[in-house]
Amino acid sequence: MNTTIMLFLVQDGITNGAIYALLGLALVLVFAVTRVILIPQGEFVTYGALTYASLAAGQMPGTAKLALALGIGAFAFDLFVARKALHGRLVVRSFIANVVLPAIVLALTLSLAAQKPPVAVCIALSLVIVAMIGLYLYRIAFQPLAHTSVLVLLIASVGVHLALQGLGLLFFGAEGQRGPAVLSGAFTAGALRFTGQSITVYAITIAFIVALWLFFGLTLYGKALRATAVNRLGARLAGIRTTLSGQIAFLLASVIGALSGILIVPITTLYYDSGFLIGLKGFVAAIIGGLVSYPLTAVAALVVGIVEAFSSFYASNYKEVIVFMLLIPVLLLRSLAAPAVEEEKD
Amino acid sequence: MSTLLSVTDAHVAYGKVEAVRSVSLEVGANEIVTIVGANGAGKTTLLSAIMGILPLKGRVAFAGQDLARLDIEDRVAMGLGLVPEHRELFVTMNVEDNLELGAFRIERSKAKASMERVYALFPRLKERRKQLAGTLSGGEQQMLAMGRALMGEPKLLMLDEPSLGLAPIIVADIFRIVTELRAAGVSVLLVEQNAQAALKIADHAYVMELGEFVLSGKASDIAANERVAASYLGFQHEGESVI
Repeated sequence: MNTTIMLFLVQDGITNGAIYALLGLALVLVFAVTRVILIPQGEFVTYGALTYASLAAGQMPGTAKLALALGIGAFAFDLFVARKALHGRLVVRSFIANVVLPAIVLALTLSLAAQKPPVAVCIALSLVIVAMIGLYLYRIAFQPLAHTSVLVLLIASVGVHLALQGLGLLFFGAEGQRGPAVLSGAFTAGALRFTGQSITVYAITIAFIVALWLFFGLTLYGKALRATAVNRLGARLAGIRTTLSGQIAFLLASVIGALSGILIVPITTLYYDSGFLIGLKGFVAAIIGGLVSYPLTAVAALVVGIVEAFSSFYASNYKEVIVFMLLIPVLLLRSLAAPAVEEEKD
Repeated sequence: MSTLLSVTDAHVAYGKVEAVRSVSLEVGANEIVTIVGANGAGKTTLLSAIMGILPLKGRVAFAGQDLARLDIEDRVAMGLGLVPEHRELFVTMNVEDNLELGAFRIERSKAKASMERVYALFPRLKERRKQLAGTLSGGEQQMLAMGRALMGEPKLLMLDEPSLGLAPIIVADIFRIVTELRAAGVSVLLVEQNAQAALKIADHAYVMELGEFVLSGKASDIAANERVAASYLGFQHEGESVI
């Protein structure tokens, strides 16, 4: 085999793998804290990417309106739950977080979209919009089901995925879009050519992983999230609200998803439904990590990326099949290692 | 004496089975109250319901406020703490992190002082502060569970079977600390199968059988009660048979 081709494929694989690593980490985080298998993770990717691309092209993205609509829904849920004991302060806080904030962002988007804002503004707006969507979705679809089984949460998750995908078609149309590169330019090292965009992907992935590691290891809220994942009742007895942990987890997952989308949309054309497959590959990595191990997930994601790169070179028709087949030996091994699956208690 | 916790006519059911029936109890400030009774009498169920883990029919008031609509976290914030039977520690985190999280709702500046107080109470925890909670011995885990609950600065600490499965010397240590808590102004509601030890340190006691309180009174009177002595304290008065 030609070494240059191999190096190219490995480089390509690592770039994709870095994105899968981010998504896989988000999936592990959300599952550990809320027991939700986050199928809509892929929609966060497309929403982030296409919102960014639309803004950069001077179009108004529908996601900003969706954020406001979901926010109003979340506010209604808050009111309904607190209907028997309405505190003025609680209502005002919920109103600001769920209605005023997305309204301001929508107004900003409306006024900025037409004048093709600079890349940094597009990125910031896209991240905020998708983060809000993630947060409100948790409030509307998952928080009311927090005490139910993993299966019920999975069904809700599939429902949210389908709804978001349909809305994605409505907002962005069936046409694919590309966005401007975050960092243009390129340099060569030996036979390899590094584009500014691929460097950005590596840098942001590494920065995010380090930031997550610091967040979980050092901050009180990070530790509270870990505590919720380790022992839900213990966390509640310590006064840590499971809803707070869930909100933080969904916030992180949606930001990670949107960021991944923004990072890949300059490299690959994304369609309203591309996110599902991208998310699934992050999911493959998360499964290899057993939905609990962050380092194993990150390593597995790189393997997934590299396997994908090689299989798309040698057998491009079968590239998805080969990637998903990675799961079979892992699942076999896991089922052999843990023959008795304990029914969940809570 | 002012009443801290008052439970009136409480019923707790698992589906159709009533595990606790028509129970009323009071815990005053600076008081150790114990509930003794055999395994399966409903003691743990009652504590869980007071904490808000299980739904309870009846009235529970803490510091004069009705708890009906408050969830577990609100009750913790009000100063009600529970050390559950299974301890529910964060086993993959170290001792210090477990304690720090116990003070999740407390101001950071106060949490530091709280941790020093807990370490003074349980010097063993300080020695092991970087060790993972899951690798501690049973006694140390019990100390950590109590320490974590104390980090939240509770006014009332509910202890569920703190002596279960521990060596006698450690049990003695834990009961000594419970009396120290009372001296420090923390009330304790203690659920125990080890009735002898519990009655010795408690001010007031309730005897629970099959989901109901069958006896209540001053702990010393309960300890002297012949029926209790025969059933729970493991010795018989002359001429009497064990029930």
